[in-house]
Amino acid sequence: MPLAKRIIPCLDVDNGRVVKGVKFENIRDAGDPVEVARRYNEQGADEITFLDITASHQERDTTLHTVERMASQVFIPLTVGGGVRTVADIRNLLNAGADKVSINTAAVFNPEFVGEAADRFGSQCIVVAIDAKRVSLPGETPRWEIFTHGGRKPTGLDAVAWAKKMEDLGAGEILLTSMDQDGMKSGFDLGVTRAISDTLHIPVIASGGVGNLQHLADGVLEGGADAVLAASIFHFGEYTVAQAKAFMAERGIEMRL
Amino acid sequence: MLSSHVAVIDYGMGNLHSVAKALEHVGARSVEVTSDPEKIMAADRVVLPGVGAIRDCVSELRQLGLDHIVRKVAAEKPLLGVCVGMQMLLEHSEENGGVDGLGLFPGNVNFFGNDLHEGDERLKVPHMGWNQVKQTIDHPLWHRIDQDARFYFVHSYYAVPGKQTQLAGRCHYGVDVAAALAQDNVFATQFHPEKSHTNGLQLLQNFLAWDGRW
Repeated sequence: MPLAKRIIPCLDVDNGRVVKGVKFENIRDAGDPVEVARRYNEQGADEITFLDITASHQERDTTLHTVERMASQVFIPLTVGGGVRTVADIRNLLNAGADKVSINTAAVFNPEFVGEAADRFGSQCIVVAIDAKRVSLPGETPRWEIFTHGGRKPTGLDAVAWAKKMEDLGAGEILLTSMDQDGMKSGFDLGVTRAISDTLHIPVIASGGVGNLQHLADGVLEGGADAVLAASIFHFGEYTVAQAKAFMAERGIEMRL
Repeated sequence: MLSSHVAVIDYGMGNLHSVAKALEHVGARSVEVTSDPEKIMAADRVVLPGVGAIRDCVSELRQLGLDHIVRKVAAEKPLLGVCVGMQMLLEHSEENGGVDGLGLFPGNVNFFGNDLHEGDERLKVPHMGWNQVKQTIDHPLWHRIDQDARFYFVHSYYAVPGKQTQLAGRCHYGVDVAAALAQDNVFATQFHPEKSHTNGLQLLQNFLAWDGRW
């Protein structure tokens, strides 16, 4: 299989700075987003994901400006998410230089928006971000639900059925984050990754919980993910993207080296 | 030779910023994103980009009368088609219930289907990510790019050229996919050179230096 699995470093950006916290708390500064993206590009990152966690509306212009700067220096695909609610939001991000946009909460409250976005801009640039949390008890048949607000609010929606619905509405890719694992550095939730990847026809990006390189390989080999996303293991210099790729390639995973 | 003035054809679809920025990055003297026929015809070379659904791309192009301009450019100066900008140059696409293209290249554009396999492995559609491209002809646009180099693809439909001699590169994803087509001064890629890092930038630089002959 010549198509390579992808490694996607993720930049959580707050008011123009890369930040990283554990379960959305204990935020640490990790630098200027454009500098960070350039570093990952040089290390061989396959794509960059930029999640705007800025709360206020006034700071959206900062985001567009940062995306613009990034797109004129980094020539690999760039996905931007965070607060994408309207067709105008999508158009602004694409015009600023994003290649794909990631829709999260807005999809939960208004699923038709995903269909509208895909129809308008094409499925290839619509990523739906899903935050899933395990709701079954140990010993029960595993079940995961969609949560919003950084994993605090349950929606009652079954994660696998929801992902399928997003595909049917026109999503081109799913960014799946396990809220149990996010920031824990103990690996992806491979169960939900496998369940969704096996059900869907579109690519699935595994996210949430990477603490070492074996976790990345497991996401592909055990979870069936088409791409793996990680933040902190790269931000704080534990590993380079190149090291991660070499590690995965040694385990028989097709990579772009 | 890198003193090129490039027109990127703007027919109101998607993100043209990336192509323009990448061309500037590799040394284009000036890059204009435009739908003005005069400006397009005044450029040294022209890029026809494309993202989204082919029906919308073709109808916008026709509505602006730019299909004739593309034909004129194809007869006169170096033209690079990218992604849907390549697919539009073929005769027909299965997408959106069937859409006629410009027919500069004989051949069709087909759907990968929902049951694509490689051996036992089920393949996801869109074909999204970095795949290896086998260069099937010697062409100036492949200059300094390794055989089997990886480029970034994202598409659910793929071109099947009617004339094998026009195939410039192919990749494999369950089926053989036309990764690049070439005829006279027209070169077209299914992948996105502007998103393919070093290899893609090299191809764009080669395009800027190309006089349309090979």
